[in-house]
Amino acid sequence: VTAVLNVQEPGLFTTVQDLGRPNAISAGVQSGGAMDRFAHAAANLLVGNDVGHATLECTFSGPHLVAEHPCLVAVAGADFDPHVNGTPVPGWTSMLLGAGDQLTFGPNRKGARMYIALAGGIEADRWLGSLSTNVMAARGGKQGRPLERGDNIAAAGAPRKPSISRLHLAESLRPVYGDHILHSIPGPHVKRLNPESRSNLFGMAYRVTKDANRMGYRLEGPRLDTSGEELLSFGLVPGALQVPHGGQPILLMADHQTAGGYPVVATVVSASMPVAAQLLPGDEVLFAEATAERAQQMRMALGAALETLR
Amino acid sequence: LRIHPLGDAALLAELGTRLDTALNTRAIALAAALKKRRDVRQAIAGYASVTVQFDPDQTSHQSLAAAIRRLATKRPPMPEPGRLHRIPVRYDGPDIEEVAERLKLPRERIVELHTRPIYRVFLVGFVPGWAYLGALPEELELPRRQVPRTQVPAGSVAIAGRQSGIYPLPTPGGWHLIGRTSVKLFLPDSDPPCLFRAGDRVKFFAAGE
Repeated sequence: VTAVLNVQEPGLFTTVQDLGRPNAISAGVQSGGAMDRFAHAAANLLVGNDVGHATLECTFSGPHLVAEHPCLVAVAGADFDPHVNGTPVPGWTSMLLGAGDQLTFGPNRKGARMYIALAGGIEADRWLGSLSTNVMAARGGKQGRPLERGDNIAAAGAPRKPSISRLHLAESLRPVYGDHILHSIPGPHVKRLNPESRSNLFGMAYRVTKDANRMGYRLEGPRLDTSGEELLSFGLVPGALQVPHGGQPILLMADHQTAGGYPVVATVVSASMPVAAQLLPGDEVLFAEATAERAQQMRMALGAALETLR
Repeated sequence: LRIHPLGDAALLAELGTRLDTALNTRAIALAAALKKRRDVRQAIAGYASVTVQFDPDQTSHQSLAAAIRRLATKRPPMPEPGRLHRIPVRYDGPDIEEVAERLKLPRERIVELHTRPIYRVFLVGFVPGWAYLGALPEELELPRRQVPRTQVPAGSVAIAGRQSGIYPLPTPGGWHLIGRTSVKLFLPDSDPPCLFRAGDRVKFFAAGE
């Protein structure tokens, strides 16, 4: 396979991700996949891919890539100040790179995770039905590890559509990443919270600590007191807000443990997960109680935005 | 049967709250039946519950909950007896002396009690290849360690509450480490990538010192 992009600098933590491996959950293997499914999907659609093609998920900082052959790419999600050959280029826009063109990034201006899509999809190791990198198992993606200097990135296949450069997703159609409100549906164990804790949960700000990664974010804020007997372990989902002993909640993200026994007091709705994926340590969030109807409206709005790119 | 939303694309169906083989058997059968539905993305049995991830564009919490109530009233098929795994253990874990002291039992008695039952695999989950095994004899019941270890070596055989387990990978852990085994629980290059499956049976035996 011909290399398309050469990695000059990998960035802080850049991994190959797709939509994960839900069928591996029964073996205790994390489903994984892109943290911000909206930005991942948008980047893919901008270059003519399916939403399930693999992209590069760049955490906190971007890589430095050189095109070895002409290729169509797009960046979406966090704003890491993209440049081609030193000239600023817009995000959420497809662009044709010529051989020798340099794709670089500046400082992190907004958000935590940026996605780079390549027309034809990114070629990577398939493990249990997915190309997503699982660092714990050291499988999938690029040999189960983050990108390293000197890696080559090839296209998985020929571009499926004629390359359209300058395809763009308007800002009004994107999630409002700066609006740190996570719409959430009360969870199975919300009744274990005392009234004061419940009003704290849906009213007070919680801060993302530095203990925040693809598995989950430890939050700090007003203590959430739960009561009741120990729970038997049950299957968990991304977005679940778990309250361990100590009362400081943990928001589960894409690589969360598959099962656990701590009370789940709320679950962030799927349309708010892109915002959650873009949170940085130190950010403050509010959990807003949502209904299933509200969650559906939000989900449909994001779906309609992606439809404009098909 | 209690059914709770887990966000807008998943739900938790609780069949009960007890550590019980019959409940676990029903949970495994219900998960298997739900997996066959087109609107269900994934169904995972817990000890006595099923977590269902569904496609919210194809179904709603209400209609899936109604379907689960219908399925749950059906008598589950007679479960096949799970495969039996015999696991050799060296009972020289870093916590065995402390466990013996806290339970006021000689070390030999701990080995005897731990190797006595045929354990059931209630659930595979938490980390790749981890299996929750039960029930541990009452005489060995201890709460989890106050301060979890930041790194537990792979192959550590552990107990907590009425459960036993084997750490498949080096991970943090709060259970009491009573022994170790050379048997590999996580098999990343097999499919499924784990030795134990929910419903399997496990017998420990003391391996030569």
